[in-house]
Amino acid sequence: MGRDGYTLARGGGAMMAWLSDNGLLLGLAVLDGLASAASIFMVAVGLNLVFGVLRILNVAHGSLYAIGAYTAASITLFLTSHGLPAWLSFPALVVAAALVGVILGPLIERVLLKRVEKQEPVLQLLVTFALFMILEDVQKLIWGVQPVSNDTPMRLLGTIDVPFGADVIPFTAYQLFVLPGIALFTLVGLAWFMRRTLTGRVIVAVTTDREAATSQGIDSAKITMLTFTFGAMLAALGGALASPMSSMVPGVGASTIVLSFAVVATAGLGQVEGAAIAAVMIGLGRSIAVYLEPELEVVVPYLIMVLVLLVRPQGLFGVTETRRI
Amino acid sequence: MNARLEILAGILGAAVLVLLAYAAPWLRFVLTIALAKGITVLGILLLLRAGQVSFGHAMYVAIAAYSVAFIAPHMREALLLLPLAAVISAAAGLLIGLFVMRYREIFFGMLNLALSMVFYSLLEKLYTVTHGTDGIRLPVPTFLGRELAGASYEWAVFALALVLAACFAVVVRIYLAAPLGQALAGIKTREARLEFMGVPGRFVLLAAYVLSALMAGCGGTIIALTSRHVTPALAYWTASGELVFIAILGGAGSVLGAFLGAVVYELTRVYAAANLADAWQLILGSVLLLVILFAPGGLFGIAQGLLRRRKAA
Amino acid sequence: MSVLLSAQDLRLAFGGVKAADGINLDVMEREFLAIIGPNGAGKTTFINMTTGHLTPQGGSIRYEGKELLGMKPRAIVRLGIARSFQLPQLFTEHTVLENAAMAVAAREGAFSAFRPLLRPAFREEAEDLLNRFGLLPAADRRADALNEGTRKLTDIAMAVAMKPKLLLMDEPTSGVAAADKMAVVETLARVLRDAGVTAVFVEHDMDVVGRIADRVAVWGQGRIAALGPPGQILNDPVVQREVIGIRAGEVPHAAA
Repeated sequence: MGRDGYTLARGGGAMMAWLSDNGLLLGLAVLDGLASAASIFMVAVGLNLVFGVLRILNVAHGSLYAIGAYTAASITLFLTSHGLPAWLSFPALVVAAALVGVILGPLIERVLLKRVEKQEPVLQLLVTFALFMILEDVQKLIWGVQPVSNDTPMRLLGTIDVPFGADVIPFTAYQLFVLPGIALFTLVGLAWFMRRTLTGRVIVAVTTDREAATSQGIDSAKITMLTFTFGAMLAALGGALASPMSSMVPGVGASTIVLSFAVVATAGLGQVEGAAIAAVMIGLGRSIAVYLEPELEVVVPYLIMVLVLLVRPQGLFGVTETRRI
Repeated sequence: MNARLEILAGILGAAVLVLLAYAAPWLRFVLTIALAKGITVLGILLLLRAGQVSFGHAMYVAIAAYSVAFIAPHMREALLLLPLAAVISAAAGLLIGLFVMRYREIFFGMLNLALSMVFYSLLEKLYTVTHGTDGIRLPVPTFLGRELAGASYEWAVFALALVLAACFAVVVRIYLAAPLGQALAGIKTREARLEFMGVPGRFVLLAAYVLSALMAGCGGTIIALTSRHVTPALAYWTASGELVFIAILGGAGSVLGAFLGAVVYELTRVYAAANLADAWQLILGSVLLLVILFAPGGLFGIAQGLLRRRKAA
Repeated sequence: MSVLLSAQDLRLAFGGVKAADGINLDVMEREFLAIIGPNGAGKTTFINMTTGHLTPQGGSIRYEGKELLGMKPRAIVRLGIARSFQLPQLFTEHTVLENAAMAVAAREGAFSAFRPLLRPAFREEAEDLLNRFGLLPAADRRADALNEGTRKLTDIAMAVAMKPKLLLMDEPTSGVAAADKMAVVETLARVLRDAGVTAVFVEHDMDVVGRIADRVAVWGQGRIAALGPPGQILNDPVVQREVIGIRAGEVPHAAA
């Protein structure tokens, strides 16, 4: 071995030593990060979809996440207190998301957003901010300020011992499989839907150029409502899926929306696949920070966002909209 | 509304505030905070003129507030703390503005948001320096060297806030009538033309941005002086959103609107929070919705409309 | 008369399209030079190169002997070259008077933060400017509430407010109602000649060209195909066929 090879071997050896010392931590961090990335992806992708058709960022999207979580918890509580089988808590997650999306989505879009669609973007954004404020209190009024938990689905599946070299990490099967699995399914399903189905392609058309789409006979108003409802369901599903992992308290909506903004801005507005990559970046970044330098955990997502925006203001995968003179 | 009427309305408003502060001592704190937020919102107005929304201006409020908190144990004179903290915020605004000036609209808003959240996170997590969410308590500052206590102190801060509010209201009015301020609307409507005329859009926006950071710094100082307790929440994104909220609520087109909006906001918040603890956001959010849907000129616009109707009648 | 602007062998290609394929043109001081030619011939490209918004791949442009290539647009403006646009670029939330005053303030470099935009000196000059263009009646109307002719004139007035020596206009009469067109054109020519401004303008309306141009340059495929007085150029059968679109024997009709 030449001198370079010797250095490589020493470096490699040092890394192996570090890994075996910290590998457990890193492993935990990675798994944790993927799980949180999964739930933040669901919200971010919904936010991006809505931005595509509305051209504004819906500040109330985080509230839909929170309401989805609370609703899932309520449904599960209802089920278990009525002696119904616990496994129903799984479909309950989806039912909760569907309910929230289908009820609140069209309501918000028709009653509020459609009315201000001709106004300045600032005003439209503020309408969603006002809605966010209203929904924050609605949550407090319906579910109170005490923590609400919904760990039934997680408990049901138990833990799995994940081997990491010589050690084993016990991890909940829920976090390992269900969350990332559903997120992956959503990602793939969405990509397929937008490319292969007529409705999906119509949505893409409206997103790309609303006027052109309308002039081709597409009912842009209906598509907008549909897309918004779908986005709302995704946000609520994200919340429902995340609900077993931590208790719900007031303020989750606020922290979720600003985190999703970080993901969306990093990925690029309107990017669906990009949102997944940005979510993973931020999720992993955050959880690695938790294990290595806990004080930096909250900073990491926004640091990533700032760095990306300074170098590429349109986000990693965003397209610059041509400025018309 | 012509200038003379506006000045009259301003003086009237100030008089009403003083009367309220005199008649209802428990309101002094709320009104002082309202004035502080009003001053900060003047800066938001400038940026709104240019069609830009900053969802991160609470950062400059917090920078000044924490500056006061750090300096006060060493130097307690309020009338020195004020310019010091305000200049620190303005300097931060200049540094950050130099980066942020390249961006417009959504990207401008997002970058400001991101930076303010980085700042917030640091405030929250660097416990050894900032005491995290516990915040920092301030010793009672002196005014012109004099130790004031209780009501006198409250009146002193209130008076300071009122004077600052009046000064900045005048400054912003003059600024908006001057070419540099008029060009802000030019950035919104036809930035390319400004460039063709040889006026750099970035410079116009930067000037407004630094001025807004300075005013936010003054607002933050007042908040620190009156509450004597600074916490990271001052920098949270909802605090920035609140500022934009007040701007629109009051009426984005006018200087008086900023203060009208701030006073209405703070009074509503205090009363709603006192009586319906979990509904003040609901109430304020609904009010904003109603304003945007039916009176986009804000409260000031409504007042102007009423005045016009009375004149015509 | 001396040469104010001299373009030599300008070349610029976008992909496979030659927007400028060896442009040689001398613009004389105080003349009115019309640029005509089919769409896509490179006329607006020439204006963009002269104002610094496009960089040619070859050749040079000299203004009063100074080389313009490589200069930033703002610096070129300061040298005394102004431009008006095909689509009027007005500040839509400002009145006509304010638009003019902004241009005056920009020229003065007095973009201050304290003295008002409509201070007496600026107001006077703006009003005088609007008066010369016949725009005074519209002074207090918002820029987004004007008809096209007024918008065009305001746009050009703003360019003239810069007190340029050379004014480049991109289709100054397009979009103006036919009934107003000649009045607009006469006003324009009068104001510019009085101020001693050299005007280079792209135009599609041959009546306008015939009325006010001293010389006409015919653009074709990135090259100047013909250059001469309007009487000569506009009656040239080749020009009539290729540019104006009149077939031999047809009675020429007023271009739209």
